Amino acid sequence: MLEIKNLHVSIEEKKIIKGLNLSINKGEVHALMGPNGSGKSTLSYVLSGKDKYEIDDGTIEYNEKNLLDLDVDERANEGLFLAFQYPMEIPGVQTSFFLKTAINSKRKYLGQSEMDALEFAKLMKLKAEELNINTEMLKRDLNVNYSGGEKKKQEILQMSMLSPKMAILDETDSGLDIDALRIVSEGVNKLRSNENSFLVITHYQRLLNYIKPDFVHIIADGRIVKSGDYSLALELEEKGYEEISKSA
Amino acid sequence: MAATEQTIKQVNTLGNSDYKYGFSTELDEIRPPKGLNENIIKFISAQKDEPEWMLDWRLNAFKVFNKLPKPEWAKLNIPEIDYQDCYYYSIPKSLKDKPKSLDEIDPEIIKTYEKLGIPLKEQKMLSGIAVDAVFDSVSVATTYKKQLSDLGIVFCSISEAVKTHPDLVKKYLGSVIPVSDHSFAALNSAVFTDGSFIYIPEGVRCPVELSTYFRINAMNTGQFERTLIIADKDSYVSYLEGCTAPMRDENQLHAANVELVALDNAEIKYSTVQNWYPGDKEGKGGIYNFVTKRGACRGKNSKISWTQVETGSAITWKYPSCILQGDNSKGEFYSVAITNNMQQADTGTKMIHIGKNTSSKIISKGISAGKANNTYRGLVNILSKAKNARNFTQCDSLLIGNKCGAHTVPYIESSNSDSMVEHEATTSKINEDQLFYCQQRGLNSEDAVGLIVNGFCKEVLQHLPMEFAVEAQKLVAISLEGSVG
Repeated sequence: MLEIKNLHVSIEEKKIIKGLNLSINKGEVHALMGPNGSGKSTLSYVLSGKDKYEIDDGTIEYNEKNLLDLDVDERANEGLFLAFQYPMEIPGVQTSFFLKTAINSKRKYLGQSEMDALEFAKLMKLKAEELNINTEMLKRDLNVNYSGGEKKKQEILQMSMLSPKMAILDETDSGLDIDALRIVSEGVNKLRSNENSFLVITHYQRLLNYIKPDFVHIIADGRIVKSGDYSLALELEEKGYEEISKSA
Repeated sequence: MAATEQTIKQVNTLGNSDYKYGFSTELDEIRPPKGLNENIIKFISAQKDEPEWMLDWRLNAFKVFNKLPKPEWAKLNIPEIDYQDCYYYSIPKSLKDKPKSLDEIDPEIIKTYEKLGIPLKEQKMLSGIAVDAVFDSVSVATTYKKQLSDLGIVFCSISEAVKTHPDLVKKYLGSVIPVSDHSFAALNSAVFTDGSFIYIPEGVRCPVELSTYFRINAMNTGQFERTLIIADKDSYVSYLEGCTAPMRDENQLHAANVELVALDNAEIKYSTVQNWYPGDKEGKGGIYNFVTKRGACRGKNSKISWTQVETGSAITWKYPSCILQGDNSKGEFYSVAITNNMQQADTGTKMIHIGKNTSSKIISKGISAGKANNTYRGLVNILSKAKNARNFTQCDSLLIGNKCGAHTVPYIESSNSDSMVEHEATTSKINEDQLFYCQQRGLNSEDAVGLIVNGFCKEVLQHLPMEFAVEAQKLVAISLEGSVG
């Protein structure tokens, strides 16, 4: 599904990612953990195609395509989804309208006909209920005056409606109370299947109590310094980044 | 197909070409020689078979025009206009003897309107909109005439009204915009060709949207539209105008005068979707749009509401205004002005508070992209008798790219201490993180800009009649194509 080889990335001449390798197969959930400034969020932006990041070396293959050849929207429409750490507010644009536009952009890209209003409304209602989201909220402007938790739930709703092949969750757990964390995690777990993959980026092991990853990677100074299974997350919680990085 | 559907389809088919209405129609035309003089005015008047008082009125306006300098206040770079190098009248020959029914209209003209998504055939008019279509200098057809006249509503071309309702025309023409207001107003008064006339009788609520579609077809032709709307006591009318022109390398002149009069408890809602040809990317060609629009709330509790979406024209010079004479009268101005490439716009409003408890609201959204310049210019003037007058003004500007400009020039004059005036203004650049967010959800960069800008304009667009709001939203996105990336 996703194959990152020897990735080197810099921003404004500053090297952030320094030779990162990561391979994610269909149906797998990978967790990427690391301290602030280790390059976690940079990786999520590079994968989704945000500009200003310079790819100095390396390759990224996604679904047998060269990911770096694709524009941001092409990557999205090819099934790559980024749940933002800080979802953007767009005043004047109703959340439900935004969702519909996103779905139909993808359908158009795939050569499918537009989803009609009724079908869309049904899907939205179903998915919102699964995530315990009041549909009244979706009548408001996108993310405007949403609480931190509402924003994150709304990201997961978008994810669930777009049903991506590869979803990247960038610190989705930050700023969530325990109830919201559970709902968000349940949303992710419902989506898990043999057909799609997740990269869950987080500081804390807490989220991984709810979303059990198949693999855990620890990133430090732009490189993956240690990989393992779920037990690595527990070990990390116990020992802290510094010690684990040292022992690596 | 319903007119709405057809309009939407029409807009959808565009996409690729930068200006979708850039075609012209091959027709034999009747045109006097170029130039502006008394003989041309007499010619126009004679072509229209006007009574003598109308001709005298025009000739007087021409005298005034010759004495007035060009208005200079706007932040616009207006090239010297050679009034002698312009045709002042053009009608397709086939319309010389005014067609009596839609079946008599030259099929080429019907085709032009179909291309524009404006069906003139009444059987297609399912959306409840009565249309008057003005092609170059003459009104082509007014649909729904019979149904409207049963209610006592007069909806016809101004040329026709001069003959059929001379008393109303004499009483109100020039009563809101005096001939001597400024030179464009005087020019229009001298050479106006056609436009709409509406009279809503006392107590009548007009059941359909009234609409006029203006089209400049002939080369080097100025269009001098004159519209007069009178809403008698306790009446209501909603009116919409749309405008397009073919793509031509030379500039074309459009100098319109629009006068509205609302008597006691009457309400007029006037919406414009202006999409005249803006010129090419280098600024060659395009329409000079010098428009004077003014409404008088003469009666108590009357209300006039202007909504405009200005996306076209090389130069837009336009200040739809309200004179709030009647006690408790209300004036509103909702505006979206988009300039891209080399376009210039200087637009805004004047709210003149004269009566007691008058209130006004101004919401202006300016969007600037490319190398364009966009200025909001507004005046809120509260006279000493306007006790308890209220105004709220909000001006937001959005910049796309770093070569464009946005300017806000609000004038506020208050001559009494009971009044309350609020002014809010913001200027922002389109946020790259917002664009990235939309693109990450699969929208291409142009759709993303369209979405964000439409959100920015929502407060204004929601005041348009439903059918046109959809068209306007697409137009907003189309006019910004190529502005990012």
